[in-house]
Amino acid sequence: MRLLITNGYLIDPTQGLNAGRDLLIEDGRVAAVLKRGESQPEGAQVFDATGLVVAPGFIDLHTHLREPGQEYKETIASGAAAAVAGGFASVCAMPNTDPVNDNPAVTSFIVEQAAQARLANVFPVGAITKGSKGAELAEMGEMRRAGIVAVTDDGRGVPSAGMMRRAMEYARGLDLAVMDHCEDRSLAAGGVMHEGEWSLRLGLRGAPALAEESDAARDCALAELTGARVHLAHVSTRGALEAVRRAKERGLFVTCEVAPHHFALTDEAVKDYDTNTKMNPPLRSREHVEAILEGLRDGTVDAVATDHAPHHADEKALEFDHAPFGVTGLETAVALALDRLVHAGVVGLERLVELFSTNPARVFNLEGRGTLRAGAHADVTVLDPELRWTFDASRSKSKSRNTPFDGWTFHGAAVATVVAGRVVYRRAEAEAQSAVRSKN
Amino acid sequence: MQRNLLGIRELSAGEVAHFLDTAETFREISEREIKKVPALRGRTVINLFFEPSTRTRTSFENAGKRQSADVVNISSSSSSVTKGETLLDTARNLEAMGPDLIVIRHPSAGAPHQLARVCRAAVVNAGDGAHEHPTQALLDALTIRQRKGRIEGLRVAILGDLLHSRVARSNAHLLTKLGAEVAVAGPGTLAPREFAGLVEGEGSLRVERRVEDALEGADVVMVLRIQRERQESAFFPSLREYAVHYGLNLARLARAKDDAIVMHPGPMNRGIEIASDVADGARSLILDQVTNGVAVRMAVLYLLAGGGAAVSSSPGAPADAKADAVAPAEEKPEAALTARATDSTPA
Repeated sequence: MRLLITNGYLIDPTQGLNAGRDLLIEDGRVAAVLKRGESQPEGAQVFDATGLVVAPGFIDLHTHLREPGQEYKETIASGAAAAVAGGFASVCAMPNTDPVNDNPAVTSFIVEQAAQARLANVFPVGAITKGSKGAELAEMGEMRRAGIVAVTDDGRGVPSAGMMRRAMEYARGLDLAVMDHCEDRSLAAGGVMHEGEWSLRLGLRGAPALAEESDAARDCALAELTGARVHLAHVSTRGALEAVRRAKERGLFVTCEVAPHHFALTDEAVKDYDTNTKMNPPLRSREHVEAILEGLRDGTVDAVATDHAPHHADEKALEFDHAPFGVTGLETAVALALDRLVHAGVVGLERLVELFSTNPARVFNLEGRGTLRAGAHADVTVLDPELRWTFDASRSKSKSRNTPFDGWTFHGAAVATVVAGRVVYRRAEAEAQSAVRSKN
Repeated sequence: MQRNLLGIRELSAGEVAHFLDTAETFREISEREIKKVPALRGRTVINLFFEPSTRTRTSFENAGKRQSADVVNISSSSSSVTKGETLLDTARNLEAMGPDLIVIRHPSAGAPHQLARVCRAAVVNAGDGAHEHPTQALLDALTIRQRKGRIEGLRVAILGDLLHSRVARSNAHLLTKLGAEVAVAGPGTLAPREFAGLVEGEGSLRVERRVEDALEGADVVMVLRIQRERQESAFFPSLREYAVHYGLNLARLARAKDDAIVMHPGPMNRGIEIASDVADGARSLILDQVTNGVAVRMAVLYLLAGGGAAVSSSPGAPADAKADAVAPAEEKPEAALTARATDSTPA
């Protein structure tokens, strides 16, 4: 099996590549990066990427696939389909399923379901504590053998600093990254949106930025104490970013991700009480959005991750107070980043590839991913930075529709996804567009 | 065209004044021997109350019945979560009965907005969580205007639990839109400094640390109801301490102007947020507020059902609805109350 992706513009920060190159793939691995026209291998399937950007496969560090237990919201197969349609070759599956992924049996089940779906790579993330209840350590070593790439009690966090210390020390011994959902529940106090001018105006209970910031500061201090690899999930506040910035300056292995909705929207979006603007952490005020953009610019932010959190329409049809937290994001994340970050001049394409591929692979230590060096896994994301398109949630590959971006028009899109050398997604409009281009 | 009254914030000063002017003309009806006009004959009003309420529900009921509307009261003590039916389903079921107006009171902020998105009927917010209670602010404004002749330039003190109060929010919006100088105060846990950001229009809004400072030179004093359960959530130590430090008594009231008026949205906790001698004193307009409540709600139902100029406060209202909203009334309500008595043309 050979695949030649030709005439594209290849961006791979791990090789300092940002030039017109052809990519030759053989048997699920990268065989070579070739100068254009250098060779025309016999018998290879040819993917014409004229006018397109070819990058190492994008990796979502933060995906909720809901299986096992909540298959009415999403399955591993439907989530993987949404992932590749959005340009993600790999997703990291959060453990807050039912049952929680806190033991090797659940991990193996996820790996098996993903293999059957045969779309995106699915890397399970295990729980830090049994049942994510914060009381006893989960079997991290056994889960690691079954395939987990990191641990987290995402959605809850680990309230006890003492427990988090033990978890970090233990995970360090296994070289597993500890990913934390930073939220001090006593400060969040049941808030359903960001505490500020808009929560006050709307009469909705607010969770202050400090609820995230204080836990982020705690985790950075614990990273120093334990020497663990610590990754802060969906960072949304100025203070948490400052904590990460300081930790990096001190040489600690502290990384963080931001979610597209946190740089694309502010808390003002809640004003019509649309429950598709309700997620945790919540949409923040302009000040925090500016801090996120600054972090994306200056390198404090390591990755953009979706926090794809599907919920059924019936659940989101409740009052704002009672609707569940979370929005889908797999099919809009890359487009939002191209539109709101690249075209808005916040970051360049090379940095975008770092945020979606190079860095995520490093954060969770994914060998042979996030690069197009010879011998790497042949996971490729193809972008059309100029494509203008409108997202129609009703045509989403996800089983759920809870997105605040329905009907948004984007400048830029992921147009094809290759996983292990197989083209698992190719966008119809992109084909039409490249056809037009080749005529010109 | 969707016409709702979801909050004061979305209304212009002109729209507020139009509601008040219309309410003035309705006051007289409640003073007649036969308290009934046919203005809403053949119209159906559903009062949908998800929270216990006597005063507001009865007030809306009277407002509908005195205009000959068919009024249906639906009380549900539970939100959609505990009932297992979504708010959306509730809305669709009601809509299928073809009401002209739905009056909704709900413990969750934004519930009326969610209802309005799926209903053809006009939606009136009768209080949603800690968000807004627009008809309360309108009746308060009507009461102030009757006694003081104006709102603009008046100094108004609002005291108590601002954080959880929809009455405080609606009044802050309305009073500042109409040019009042508002000072608010309460315990630090219940009077966030950010409350000053609710200012609208020409007026001003400041948050004072001490109740005494907010009261200084006030023309109007509004006292908010304190929810006893706030003590359990550690917002203040005890009701006794609340009464001593934040309650309105005669000594504190002396800081306001001599002719200052005292208001309370009810129901009162006597001896806690307001002393009985203040509540029952000559300057108290608490019962006038109740009387004006019926007039204001008559005006709201009448205008939203299509009488006079349309008023829209739907956030997603089309531009032509907004334009309509500020257009002067082509038809005086008084005329409608007589001439329209025989007019069966649907609006």
